[in-house]
Amino acid sequence: MAMTTSEMRPGAEVLLRALKEQGVEVIFGYPGGAVLPIYDAIFQQNAIRHVLVRHEQAAVHAAEGYARSTGKVGVVLVTSGPGATNAVTGLVDALMDSIPIVCLTGQVPTHLIGNDAFQEADTTGITRPATKHNYLVRKSEDLARVVHEAFYVARSGRPGPVVIDLPKDIVINPAPYAAPATAPHRSYRPVLDPAPDAIAKAVDLLKGAKRPIIYTGGGVINAGPAAAAMLTRLVRETGFPCTSTLMGLGACPASDPHFLGMLGMHGTVEANLAMHGCDVMLAVGARFDDRVTGRLAAFSPQAKKIHIDIDPSSINKNVAVEVAIVGDAGRALSALLDAWARNTKPQDRPALAAWWREIEAWRGRDCLRYTQATAPGAIIKPQHAIRRLYEITRDLGRETFITTEVGQHQMWAAQHFRFERPNHWMTSGGLGTMGYGLPAAMGVQIAHPEALVIDIAGEASILMNIQEMSTLSQYRLPVKVFILNNQYMGMVRQWQELLHGGRYAESYTAALPDFVRLAESFHAVGLRARTIEELDPVIHEMLATDRAVIADIAVDQAENCFPMIPSGAAHNEMILGPEHESEAAGITDEGLVLV
Amino acid sequence: MANDTGFRSATISVLVDNESGVLARVIGLFSGRGYNIDSLTVAPVEDGRGRSRINVVTSGTEMVIEQIKAQLDRLVPVHRVADLSKEGPHLAREMALIKILCAGERRAEALRLADAFRARVVDATTESFVFEMTGNPDKLDAFLDLMRPLGLAEVSRTGVAAIARGTRVI
Ligand SMILES: Cc1cc2nc3c(=O)[nH]c(=O)nc-3n(C[C@H](O)[C@H](O)[C@H](O)COP(=O)(O)OP(=O)(O)OC[C@H]3O[C@@H](n4cnc5c(N)ncnc54)[C@H](O)[C@@H]3O)c2cc1C
Ligand SMILES: Cc1ncc(C[n+]2csc(CCOP(=O)(O)OP(=O)(O)O)c2C)c(N)n1
Ligand SMILES: [Mg+2]
Repeated sequence: MAMTTSEMRPGAEVLLRALKEQGVEVIFGYPGGAVLPIYDAIFQQNAIRHVLVRHEQAAVHAAEGYARSTGKVGVVLVTSGPGATNAVTGLVDALMDSIPIVCLTGQVPTHLIGNDAFQEADTTGITRPATKHNYLVRKSEDLARVVHEAFYVARSGRPGPVVIDLPKDIVINPAPYAAPATAPHRSYRPVLDPAPDAIAKAVDLLKGAKRPIIYTGGGVINAGPAAAAMLTRLVRETGFPCTSTLMGLGACPASDPHFLGMLGMHGTVEANLAMHGCDVMLAVGARFDDRVTGRLAAFSPQAKKIHIDIDPSSINKNVAVEVAIVGDAGRALSALLDAWARNTKPQDRPALAAWWREIEAWRGRDCLRYTQATAPGAIIKPQHAIRRLYEITRDLGRETFITTEVGQHQMWAAQHFRFERPNHWMTSGGLGTMGYGLPAAMGVQIAHPEALVIDIAGEASILMNIQEMSTLSQYRLPVKVFILNNQYMGMVRQWQELLHGGRYAESYTAALPDFVRLAESFHAVGLRARTIEELDPVIHEMLATDRAVIADIAVDQAENCFPMIPSGAAHNEMILGPEHESEAAGITDEGLVLV
Repeated sequence: MANDTGFRSATISVLVDNESGVLARVIGLFSGRGYNIDSLTVAPVEDGRGRSRINVVTSGTEMVIEQIKAQLDRLVPVHRVADLSKEGPHLAREMALIKILCAGERRAEALRLADAFRARVVDATTESFVFEMTGNPDKLDAFLDLMRPLGLAEVSRTGVAAIARGTRVI
């Protein structure tokens, strides 16, 4: 039981004390009537910093960026009604991508709940399917306990967003303080330690593998940098090839020769064909998403599958597996490493070598190849812009964090920017939220003031939360927005080209703003590269500027993102770029209904 | 989900904290993820500890039923999820109040059948009966089928309460 002190303080003070005890340093928020007492309490203290965003959705994305780059819980504060409803997209985004968030929402006073009071919304009702869990605090004596519990729920097990709805009388009225409970939670106790027999079975399968693959995901990032290090050790000790989902990039260093790049819809040929042809698959913290599996009936048909996941509902959801290991990725990987060392069964080295020869042949096709014309005046290829951004920042040697918006630029970033460490890549994977990248970058920069933080953006996505340029300027956050400007919703245009007969319905953005002047109007620096000879100088200038920058990079409007597994196709039915011969089966009628 | 085609019915009991919103979480999970609810009951049990028991009868392939259980289990206020139809023999009971509007010959026939099914008369007028009947849902269904031609007018059913046979507890 938590200890309660007899001293009573206004609810808002109790709330802040609980936040402080949870280690909160910063809140991303936006005020309004229902939360004014909380703002008043924030005003009167210095321990917790408040960052004023320009839209509540951005507050949640900023908290996500903060959380993903630090491993801590991100905290959001918004008012009742529209404040809470504006936050919903961010909450679902965090739910889909397993990001720990605590979102405090104002609510009308308890006696008015249900009366259609001014700025009343049924926030717990609306956010029930948008959160891992939510609370409505109805009694002052519950306040501190609920706050502590919310943090526990947000960060433990499979992390996710938690809403605490706070009626105005609760934050005004005196409330007792309670320290965090020391006893285990009464009902929510995620399993962290893997079952030894499952580990033993897994090692048996892995030792006997002739064509193994390790398929890793965001769960390894959730499990922390130590888990990523353990994964890298496992990859090197086994000599197995390793691929990653969009969410897991950075866990296994991209420069490691065992790493095959990203798999899935826009994954590499070597990763997808290795997944397709493997005989033993070790999935770690990855959830067999449809972007990854392609057509389920044709997914890895010969593989015996081992799945490590902290959430039992992720296992056997889409794909049936032979060995289920429920537990934290870090603990499971370390148990696997121990058991691997103890198991005396020899590996099938010759088979592994033959498997690698096959993989190297696939890798040799260099599926991400593109041709950049170099004569002055040549159009910039979007892939090349990212390659150069990667190479120049790598040579600079500064700690670099990349966020993205959603679309082709996001996929090109995943393909061409190489991540050596976990927690340095933030992208909206599960929900695919355009407008995620700029606020997320803001949150990352708040957490890492000295680091280089770049949002790789599309010109359409960036307009979805462009108002946050104002936040950047207020807090002097030197975030770099690197726009691959193709004047199209490129990802939509690509699908229209490939699936809808080239009828480009509403995917061209007429009347785009002048991004250079737009940057300037927000007190930031605007730069533009129109042709290839302007690219490097603009990147250098952007990186040398210690203020917020928008770099508007005009890129080839017709470029498509390849490889691509069309919806409804299998891993061995990829469409490749114009520089390659495709083995694509084309798009089926069943594929057309998929997204 | 190849090799996962067999459909089965599952009776699942869920012990939850008796707090506001918990039923909405369970129902929202079923509707949001497109699972079937064939029957659902909820009532407080274990008064001292503030817990309720939800009994839900659902159907799906084995993989879907396992998924339903895993999804239920990850709701924060859920203490325990038990698949009674899988874990061993269990009892399932449901109560129904059944109104028959009939006169003459049919009244005697209705009473005879009620007697055979151990349904009790809890209300009667010269044109109607209300029967109370408890039993396995199949037995209720069978009784209702027989009553239909005799003037079945209205039914109120509780949904299934279920418990394991023998010493097993959830
Ligand atoms: C335009 C677009 C295109 C996309 N194309 C691709 C693509 O080509 N390839 C691709 O991979 N993705 C792609 N995605 C992303 C895709 O939609 C999914 O978000 C992504 O594949 C899911 O990644 P994941 O499996 O690593 O799971 P995550 O969503 O990161 O889930 C993490 C999993 O790990 C588990 N977990 C959490 N914490 C732990 C822990 N501590 N220990 C163990 N397990 C844990 C969770 O329970 C969950 O099952 C695309 C997205 C967009 C928007
Ligand atoms: C909020 C939201 N609305 C719509 C979509 C659907 N969508 C996915 S990508 C995309 C186009 C993105 O265009 P842009 O930002 O210019 O990126 P590009 O693909 O051109 O690189 C759209 C509309 C989405 N993902 N998110
Ligand atoms: Mg675009």
